[in-house]
Amino acid sequence: MKRLLFALPLVVAMIIGGFAIWGLSGGRDPSSLPSEFISKPVPQIDLAAIEGVERPGLSTADINDMDGIKLLNFFASWCGPCRAEHPNLTRLGQEEGVTLIGINYKDKPEAAAKWLEELGNPYVALGSDYSGRGGIELGISGVPETFIIDADGIIRHRFAGPVVGDGLRRFLEALDEVRQ
Amino acid sequence: MIPELGQFALSLALIAAVVQSVLPMLGAARGNALWMQSAQASALAQFVLIAFAFGALMRSYVVSDFTVENVVNNSHSLKPMLYKIAGTWGNHEGSLLLWVFILAGFGAAVAFYGRNIPMALKARTLSVQAWISVGFISFMLFTSNPFTRVFPPPLDGNDLNPLLQDVGLAIHPPLLYVGYVGFSIVFSFAVAALIEGRVDPAWARWVRPWTLAAWTSLTAGIGLGSWWAYYELGWGGWWFWDPVENVSFMPWLVGTALLHSAIVTEKRDTFKSWTILLAILTFSLSLLGTFIVRSGLLTSVHAFAVDPERGIYILGLLILSIGGSLALFAWRAPSMEGGGLFAPVSREAGLLINNLLLTTATATVLFGTLYPLFLEAITGDKISVGPPFFNAGFIPIMMPLLLVMGVGPFMSWKRADLQGVLSRLKVALAAAVVTSLIVWYVTTGGPVLAIIMMGIGVWVLVASVQEWGRRVKLFQDGAWARIRRQPRASHGMTLAHIGVALLVLGATGSSAWKEDLVAFADPGAKIDIAGFELTFESVERQRGPNYIADVATLSVTRDGEFVTTLYPERRFYPTAGSTTTESSIRQTLAGDLYASIAEPAAEGAKSDWLLRVLYEPLVNFLWIGTMFLVLGGSLSLTDRRLRVGAPRKSKSKAAPIGATPAE
Repeated sequence: MKRLLFALPLVVAMIIGGFAIWGLSGGRDPSSLPSEFISKPVPQIDLAAIEGVERPGLSTADINDMDGIKLLNFFASWCGPCRAEHPNLTRLGQEEGVTLIGINYKDKPEAAAKWLEELGNPYVALGSDYSGRGGIELGISGVPETFIIDADGIIRHRFAGPVVGDGLRRFLEALDEVRQ
Repeated sequence: MIPELGQFALSLALIAAVVQSVLPMLGAARGNALWMQSAQASALAQFVLIAFAFGALMRSYVVSDFTVENVVNNSHSLKPMLYKIAGTWGNHEGSLLLWVFILAGFGAAVAFYGRNIPMALKARTLSVQAWISVGFISFMLFTSNPFTRVFPPPLDGNDLNPLLQDVGLAIHPPLLYVGYVGFSIVFSFAVAALIEGRVDPAWARWVRPWTLAAWTSLTAGIGLGSWWAYYELGWGGWWFWDPVENVSFMPWLVGTALLHSAIVTEKRDTFKSWTILLAILTFSLSLLGTFIVRSGLLTSVHAFAVDPERGIYILGLLILSIGGSLALFAWRAPSMEGGGLFAPVSREAGLLINNLLLTTATATVLFGTLYPLFLEAITGDKISVGPPFFNAGFIPIMMPLLLVMGVGPFMSWKRADLQGVLSRLKVALAAAVVTSLIVWYVTTGGPVLAIIMMGIGVWVLVASVQEWGRRVKLFQDGAWARIRRQPRASHGMTLAHIGVALLVLGATGSSAWKEDLVAFADPGAKIDIAGFELTFESVERQRGPNYIADVATLSVTRDGEFVTTLYPERRFYPTAGSTTTESSIRQTLAGDLYASIAEPAAEGAKSDWLLRVLYEPLVNFLWIGTMFLVLGGSLSLTDRRLRVGAPRKSKSKAAPIGATPAE
């Protein structure tokens, strides 16, 4: 029994090692974000509105009913980069002729409402995803992430990380590509 | 020519390391003194050779030698000299060279200063240290050679990320590495002791200064990194629970546990296998950090350019070193226990609780950091674990730890009088409760947890000061003499504990009562925050050495009276094609007023500029607390007892009558 206890650290280390071997093999690259949803319709989501925020909730049907290009942005009030990209998204929503919709990821409604009140709410529709279910459906790796959905409701691009600085440039390039 | 010499020196260093990894170990097994002593020469040779290689690479950066691929990719002739030099370690290959440089440095330091360490233990330790060297030097030579040439050479370099052009960040990696890699020597001592099959108080005494040196440096490194994130990234946050931050934090937590458990091994000859395990784990977690940052296993904002082939190589090294040492531990450690017994209420018990909580906290952080990987392997989902998890998991473990921290130093070894201790702590308890009530009243209902944490911070602070005052009998004659007579390590403990208390206050204040405003604004606009009124006066364009800056002028008043002027900047680096934020901060003990400005929105937007203004109460206590920790660690290092090579005083002389043996 005592011997077993002393071997425990080794066992734990080996288990972690096993996962690490898996993680490095099979051409897995966590920074490239292939999304199996590219060129596919938006998966089924149905998220309620955020309590205390005057915007409708968000479901796949709602998204398909919207005209033109949609930007679907995952954000959370606890996420620093989300704050950084917020003004850029606001501007995109105002000036680029796209519809900005949001999913509030793993966030308390009060916190999200306060955040939006403080920074402004540029979103046309907002789903509350406290359980993270919506994030799993769309396969996000974290917040912020922004999807570009074309006029036909097909996901065309997945952008991970904040839309700021160099990221903004790359995001605009991707947006131009979708427009063509 | 010089880069080739550098590479040649590196190859020779590998040979020296191979010799050092075999000969002294064999010598120790066979009792061959000459072979054992060879470790000294080879450790020194290895250090000198790697130092030469490091110098060669640094020279290439200083003279902007664009025939070296590494310099091309990470430097630029127009860059200020300091950042040219810092460029040496601002990339994968160069930082790895710094890594092995420090590794060899610690080996050489033990060879040189460790005169009182028994010959066999020293030989084995240096051999183990050389095993690590062999692994990493070969890794560098085979997969990440910093001296690779490029032909034809380009006219100029591709610049260092301008975000990284910052004094704090220039010295952050070296400090962090001295910490990380410094734990290697503790690891080597532990493995050597396992091979030898003997751990005694003397072993703990030889190991402690090295642990302390590495820990102090790691503390400074993490503090600087956090400070950099705070004022350079422009988000006003200082800790994000990012994987790369977590992997530097885990060795710190276990290293802290190790510092405390080594005391018990030294004073009471117990906790032996536990101390050994912590020594192994501390360095193992440092290695894990190196692996995670360089392999691209997890996504992070800080990661180096990733390459799966490199990842596989480091993973192989990890499996050998961590797996090997833990297997050795499982095999040899069960026969090592014994030593002093202690009552459930005693200093030993307090330190045991400290150790259990610190390791639990580490396990929580480790689990949260690796959970995305576990989940992806099992279900295929890609997720990230955010601050909510870490805050929910980490803070509840810290609370009892901090409570015990106030009591622990009052307790005596073997058996303590809990009632007596608690009655002495009445003042600290009262101070804590009063603080909580005042905070509750002033903030009119902040988060309950934050109010409690403020109380706990004051509890640790008052208890630490009180314990020190009692120990030196501050208000009686001859206090100064008693202060001077006390071992410096005991003053170090008080300083470090005060540091932790200040950290708690700073962390709580700045996260719970932060005020934050983002506004589209034009010159002339006014912004109100935390009782201050900011007037946006103007924006001017200025030219820096390798960037163009838009500098805003914000005048700050409170109740109509002028307070200060803030000049936040937005810098554009043409060569790198990127922009950075230089925030402007008014620092006071009460809190920081922090302003940053974002690039002008495009035509048609409501306003031309985006201003971000923050008020972070008590945030400076974080940096002051870190300074206390570093100061405490450094002071302890100068303790006569720990100074390597200093003659030991006999026990009766070292402990003045009436003083508690204190750490």
